[in-house]
Amino acid sequence: MTMKVGSRQVDGVTIVDCSGRITLGEGSVILRDTVRDLLSKGNKKIVLNLADVNYIDSSGIGELVSAFTTTKNQGGELKLLNLTKKVNDLLQITKLYTVFDVKDDEAGAVKSFK
Amino acid sequence: MAMTEQRVSYTLDSSLETIDNAEEKATRIATELGFGDDEVMQISMAVREGAVNAVLHGNAYAPDKKVILAFERTGSELVITIRDQGRGMDLSKIPNPLAPENLLKTSGRGIFLMRSFMDVVEIRPSSTGTELKLIKHVHGPTAGGKEASQ
Repeated sequence: MTMKVGSRQVDGVTIVDCSGRITLGEGSVILRDTVRDLLSKGNKKIVLNLADVNYIDSSGIGELVSAFTTTKNQGGELKLLNLTKKVNDLLQITKLYTVFDVKDDEAGAVKSFK
Repeated sequence: MAMTEQRVSYTLDSSLETIDNAEEKATRIATELGFGDDEVMQISMAVREGAVNAVLHGNAYAPDKKVILAFERTGSELVITIRDQGRGMDLSKIPNPLAPENLLKTSGRGIFLMRSFMDVVEIRPSSTGTELKLIKHVHGPTAGGKEASQ
């Protein structure tokens, strides 16, 4: 399954709903383009909702890191929401769980920017 | 597929499709051998990462270079071999992705993930390519195939 994204605004925070696979190729490119587009339009409070992301490979992990650092370097913040067990496990073993700000409820994620 | 003492191999192009193809074959074969869901995911992800290395870093997408992928059931093990036709890799240059200075790097986690998910990972670089061997031990009462689990 290819990756799909849709974004929406909640109290000044952009929620990006991702579904499918974030892997080398199309999935990683879609995520990269989405985050860059948001930043170029001044949307610097970003939450990636990964509830429907069922698979991610090392390239996808790299793309999450890239999105995180790109946003931070532009004065913004990017957080992760609703990790599936697979993605959660991957972030744990790569020690990235402590790097990302990971949330498990949307309201709490939105409030955490204020 | 009955894979007891059986080997199957594929010669694949150096393309993105090969990476998905290798992952799908690993998922199917590991499932047919009776591995549990978590192990199937680990095996398929390790094979995907190995295929990524072969296609991107080994063969560098060269159309005249192939990736040879083989699955072999040897008694209590699933042995997967992925060979490319590149110039070999320098194992001493592979950074530790868990080191604090490398945590925010956007690449360099493939071999680490393979080592996390498989029981044995052997990498043999040479001037004519790199051979990667991934081994997963067959565990549990369903080892040997679904038909054994009834």
